[in-house]
Amino acid sequence: MAITINGQEHDLSGDPRTTLLDYLRDDLRLTGTKKGCDHGQCGACTVLVNGMRINSCLTLAVMHDGDSITTIEGLGSLGSPSTLQKAFVEHDGYQCGFCTPGQICSATAMMAEIRAGWPSDASEELEGPIGATSEEIRERMSGNLCRCGAYANILAAIGEVAEEELS
Amino acid sequence: MTAHLKQDKPDTRNLLDKMRQGVIGKPLSRPDGPAKVSGTAPYTADHAVENCLEGVLVTATIVRGEVADIDAQSVLTMPGVVAVIDDERLTARAAQGGADEAPEQPARKVGYFGQPIALVVAESFEEARDAAKQLKVDYRADDLSDIPLDPVQTDPEPQDDGTRQGDLAHAMTSAAHSVDLTYRTEGHASAAMEPHAAIAEWDGKRLTVHASLQMLNHNIIELADALDVKEEDIRLISRYVGGGFGSKLGISEETVAACVAAMELGRPVRVVMSRQQVFQCIMRRSETKQRLRLAADGDGKLIGFGHEARVSNLPGEDFAEPVLQSSEFLYAAENRLLQLEVARIHRMTAGSVRAPGEAVGMPALEAAMDVLAEKAGIDPVELRLRNIPDKHPSEGLPFSSHKLAECLKQGAEAFGWDSGPRKPRQRREGEWWIGTGMASAARVHNIEEAKARVTLKADGTALVETDMTDIGTGTYSILGQIAGEMLGLPVEKVLVELGDTRLPRGSGSGGSWGAASVGSAVFVACNRLRERLAGKVGIAADDLVLKDGTAGNDLRLTDLLDGEDLCEEGHYEPGEIEDDYTAAGFGAFFAQVRVNRFTGETRVDRMLGAFGFGRVLNEKTARSQCLGGITWSIGAALTESLLFDPVDGHLVNCDLAEYHVPVHRDIPDVEVIMVEERDPAASPIQAKGIGELGMCGGAGAIANAIYDACGARLFEFPMTPDRVLSALPE
Ligand code: FES
Ligand code: FES
Repeated sequence: MAITINGQEHDLSGDPRTTLLDYLRDDLRLTGTKKGCDHGQCGACTVLVNGMRINSCLTLAVMHDGDSITTIEGLGSLGSPSTLQKAFVEHDGYQCGFCTPGQICSATAMMAEIRAGWPSDASEELEGPIGATSEEIRERMSGNLCRCGAYANILAAIGEVAEEELS
Repeated sequence: MTAHLKQDKPDTRNLLDKMRQGVIGKPLSRPDGPAKVSGTAPYTADHAVENCLEGVLVTATIVRGEVADIDAQSVLTMPGVVAVIDDERLTARAAQGGADEAPEQPARKVGYFGQPIALVVAESFEEARDAAKQLKVDYRADDLSDIPLDPVQTDPEPQDDGTRQGDLAHAMTSAAHSVDLTYRTEGHASAAMEPHAAIAEWDGKRLTVHASLQMLNHNIIELADALDVKEEDIRLISRYVGGGFGSKLGISEETVAACVAAMELGRPVRVVMSRQQVFQCIMRRSETKQRLRLAADGDGKLIGFGHEARVSNLPGEDFAEPVLQSSEFLYAAENRLLQLEVARIHRMTAGSVRAPGEAVGMPALEAAMDVLAEKAGIDPVELRLRNIPDKHPSEGLPFSSHKLAECLKQGAEAFGWDSGPRKPRQRREGEWWIGTGMASAARVHNIEEAKARVTLKADGTALVETDMTDIGTGTYSILGQIAGEMLGLPVEKVLVELGDTRLPRGSGSGGSWGAASVGSAVFVACNRLRERLAGKVGIAADDLVLKDGTAGNDLRLTDLLDGEDLCEEGHYEPGEIEDDYTAAGFGAFFAQVRVNRFTGETRVDRMLGAFGFGRVLNEKTARSQCLGGITWSIGAALTESLLFDPVDGHLVNCDLAEYHVPVHRDIPDVEVIMVEERDPAASPIQAKGIGELGMCGGAGAIANAIYDACGARLFEFPMTPDRVLSALPE
């Protein structure tokens, strides 16, 4: 069994009880993905599985044979951050930074969902194009908790990038 | 060399304003930001340690009693399991902030449901977790009917003598307008996003411990005491902390357990609490019951002020939620009665959660002020303006600085506050009633002793070192800015190293004192460095102009240093300024809410906070602290409450699905106004703290807005839909 993480193939032969989150953190030492609750309640562990966001604590690694996973380390690096990563720095879209990788992974996939026209509770219509309004972003990001309360700045960071990339 | 300042007098020199680098106060992005957004910032559990074992805590399933037997054999045969640790040194509670001694030991003695009692250690997390669940434990449990669990049914004891001045009862009967109201607030959890974690390594003599902690300067003392190991044989490291909010002020159970296990097993051990364990055995904010008595004359001037509160804690704990802290000085009134009582009950330890005291005391006070304003027919902003004292109402001390009036006025103006007559239910949009409310903000200013070392290197860069932490507050940013400003260096040339007990002792992060305390230590060190540089140039320090790596027009710092590093340790201590002044941060909140007339749901539409807290050290990170506080205000107002089982006292909602912290969609457009000022008696950098002020009263503004929207006066926080519905008139 094999899994692709940030473009690199890895073997999946460990303890079958290992969550995707612990596999990333402990087996592969990709510790950018954080564990805030281990129960799908906080979003700190958000990664992209075949481009879609998922709470990696809620799924076992062995369930991802053949899948392609992108973690925060795959979105950008210290030396070459993604547009969203840069916007978070500029807007102070964090405080302690613990929820940040999850927020950024989540927001990356969220923009793709808006682009694909998936409606949300905040959408006016179920069909047709969706605008990246503040309310849309807030609703769609509500699975990513930030106890520091950086929400207003996270919204500003995502909003700026969404405006550029979705309009 | 060491430069020492014990501050006995206000520092009105405002030296930072005389510098030329122009970085102090500027909204600069955090130097630690790129590491945080790229996932490379190492938090405690992220450290790769060779050969590391995993420990999982086992917690008590009784409320009070003793562990009679732990059947280690029941799990030692399971795959990967290495040991069951139930050593005498394991701690039963987390240390209170600044305790400087080991918390309650041994863990075998149980005082609350969910208390850690043992640690199961295995080769992998999955193996340890499984074995921890299977471990057989026998208890000698006390009879539930003998254990006080409910603060309402337990007789409280007075916390101290309280404040008594004049005759409040008489003031109440003779007043033109008075209110006598009782409020209840439920318990809160810090719920920092990073669960408590530690990795301990023992080389036979020395311990190296990565742990998620706020105050290494105190934590090393607590850990040494708990383990009976000398302080000099311990190194604590905490460079990135995933939020604290009081929950990491003292060492907690996982750090001691990891150390004990590492020492017994001779291998490194990592222990990370589960989210449920964090809820069950880390500090809670006590629930409160508060009686507010306010008596005013015909002009709305307070003549009587009574604030009494009952809180709870475990037997043997000194901490009592200081509910009345800002009530002592916020409003003038000759006749005063303030009294705090504590009920001893068996829930997890009550301790500091962001803004201990004011976070729950101020909303109740400010809600009562709104009722008084209505009774007296005075605009709520005006009522506050009329009651600002010119000195501490009972101690007579002058205020170090006081920006409440400015905050009220600027806030009202920016919010578009309507100071006309107020009446509920004047605005409706579909199912929603819309209303506005306001409240004052106040939070005592704390300051602590702190040390920091600053080295001006021969290459023209500077290094700032202290064991101070950055828990998301911006310490890395502001220390770099203070040093950069004083030494004439752009912040890119200043490296700040934090969170390692090998470095000089800082103040720790807590009580909003970090920036002013350790910032002052950096300032003191830099000031001495400036004197030494001035000596080299042959001029007075006051005449030395440092900017962009030069000391005057053509004189480059690198040439002046001529291959030499200059190093100074700054040591700051608050002296008599602490006794001579009442120092506090002040502010005002304005909120607009909508309340659903059918469901009773409240949504905050917009919120504004105006705050005066001395010098702003970094406009961007200070604003973030204000935003964080306002977010917590919304949580405390509408959703956050710890719920305990009435039968066995266990915490029912011990996770993030059931304990409702605000999420993105709960947080509306928020505006922050920082009323810039210099407070010379607060610190030599004229700064006060801002980590907590933003939640000291905000929930009161929301309560008052709910009343204005729909006419429901609530006396219980959080103001959940069921409570709003039952308080709706007719
Ligand atoms: S750690 Fe996965 S949602 Fe919290
Ligand atoms: S930045 Fe601390 S939890 Fe979001």
